[in-house]
Amino acid sequence: MIRDEDIMMVAPPTLTTSDKLYLPQVIAGMRTTLRHMFSVAKRAETTVQYPEQKRKLRVENYRGVHRLNKDPDGRVACVACFMCSTACPAHCIHIEAGESPWPDREKYPVKFDIDELRCIYCGMCEEACPCDAIELTPHYDLVGKSRQEMVFDKEKLLRIFDETKDVKPRKNPPVTDYGLTGGQDKAVARPTAERKV
Amino acid sequence: MELIQNLLANQLFFSVIMMAVGLGVIAGVSAPFAILFERKLSGWIQDRIGPNRVGPWGVLQPVADGVKFLMKEDITPAHVDKPVFIMAPFISMIVALIGFAVIPWAGEIHFPWMDEGATVRTQVANLNVGVLYMLSVASLGVYGVVLGAWASNNKYAFYGGIRATAQMISYEVPLGLGVLVVILIGGTLELDKIVYAQAQSGVWNIFLHPVAFVLVLTAAFAETNRTPFDLAEAEQELVGGYHTEYSAMKFAAFFLAEYSHMATNSALVIVLFLGGWAPLPFLSFWSPEHTWWNVGWLAALIKFGCFFGKIAAFLVFYIVIRWTVPRFRFDQLMRLAWKGMVPLAIGALVLQVLMTALGFIIRPERGFAGNLPTVLFALAGNAVLIGLAMFVTARSTREVTGRQDNLPAVGNRNANAKLSGIIQ
Repeated sequence: MIRDEDIMMVAPPTLTTSDKLYLPQVIAGMRTTLRHMFSVAKRAETTVQYPEQKRKLRVENYRGVHRLNKDPDGRVACVACFMCSTACPAHCIHIEAGESPWPDREKYPVKFDIDELRCIYCGMCEEACPCDAIELTPHYDLVGKSRQEMVFDKEKLLRIFDETKDVKPRKNPPVTDYGLTGGQDKAVARPTAERKV
Repeated sequence: MELIQNLLANQLFFSVIMMAVGLGVIAGVSAPFAILFERKLSGWIQDRIGPNRVGPWGVLQPVADGVKFLMKEDITPAHVDKPVFIMAPFISMIVALIGFAVIPWAGEIHFPWMDEGATVRTQVANLNVGVLYMLSVASLGVYGVVLGAWASNNKYAFYGGIRATAQMISYEVPLGLGVLVVILIGGTLELDKIVYAQAQSGVWNIFLHPVAFVLVLTAAFAETNRTPFDLAEAEQELVGGYHTEYSAMKFAAFFLAEYSHMATNSALVIVLFLGGWAPLPFLSFWSPEHTWWNVGWLAALIKFGCFFGKIAAFLVFYIVIRWTVPRFRFDQLMRLAWKGMVPLAIGALVLQVLMTALGFIIRPERGFAGNLPTVLFALAGNAVLIGLAMFVTARSTREVTGRQDNLPAVGNRNANAKLSGIIQ
């Protein structure tokens, strides 16, 4: 039930005599139109000539194509926990886990496919990831000749990490030393290091 | 060589040549470049740059557009009335182009190899009812729209067609009345005589009847279905309006027809009110003598340039108006025509009749100064007209909302007062 005091009655503005003749207002509007038409500097400043110029992005925030981070030893940082694929609202992440060859974790992804055409670039995978292995990069101009080509596999995603790690370095300190060093001493977090606990 | 000279000297063949060149230039070059120009200007007005990728400054964009239209799939839906569906865009196109037949582009030409005193007209057909021809062709323009809309067998297209028809019928009236004013000034229906009279006296008809000029101009906008009168293709309400079902080259034909129509209508307004090919107002640019300016071919080129420049200026005006005035609602459209423009046009007509009756007649041979009393009388009459219009509008206190009368009034002042009290 809408109460009377919640109803807002809006009266149309009263028109003056010249407003009712219509033409003076048209001419006033044309002045605005012409002002924009001749403001060369403004349109030069507003326009980004795309392939030659590119917009300056906030790289730490921009949600472009994904990458799979590598730890300092060049191994894939992912531990195949399926948190990202569970969080994904578009169901575009497909992971197959396998037993990890390294002593510091139990699982690692044998397959890690992201369908970039299904993805809605919401960034929830990045938020869900417990070891900051999956991240969105500032790369947005991704193209392919077929749908199959746009399903990025693990190698491709790791390659994107190599391409973008200079623009957007991995969050530091990485959480992916799994509590071995408390994130302080990277040298200890070696694959050969013995597992505590 | 002699053959070509003879052909050029013959009015019939000269007309045919003009027809071929004119059609080629208008349909093949001007209209596509008008579209490029429109896209460019629209961009500038919206603080964008506009097409600039195809060729330098985007000049090859029309070519790219044309190729795109040719390559696209030409869909004829299964439920349409096929012959009419295919015919409609081309009827639109043809009607938009045949209007050019009576436009006097640049007066007369006397080629050096012609007989003494003989001339050819730079006009495809010198009809002695040129104005009526233009009016009838202009109103035929709606047939393409309505046929296309009807044949599409689509409710949105149908609505578009109905709107176009109603709009055309309403705006024909002020257009006809406004044109009648011009006919009464010169007492002739021949377009070239109307131009000669304006060029000789320097009194362009816009200085006599600015109100009639504005009315004819507005009606011309409505005739071409341009904003703010583009209800027939209002994309927010009617998908694409009358061309909803059209694609590829048939759609392009509608598009080109619209731009040709714009050019035809601006040519008509220029001939009637803005001195046709006369380069400047207030000065005499024509006399019946055979001088190089009156009949020389070089002068004809200059005159043609002036005419074309005016058309180009008009097209720019069309575009600026498009991005300035929002589209009318349908009841506003009808109210503007029947309650605003028709009474004003009748007023302008009465004024001209009074002028003729009282002896305030334009005599072209006297020049601008000689006709000054007539001009001043006409301007005073127009001022009275505008004053009357303001008086009538000022007296009408009812708010123009378009709501039906049996509904309660919008704008409860008490509620507003209460609301502002709450805010404070």
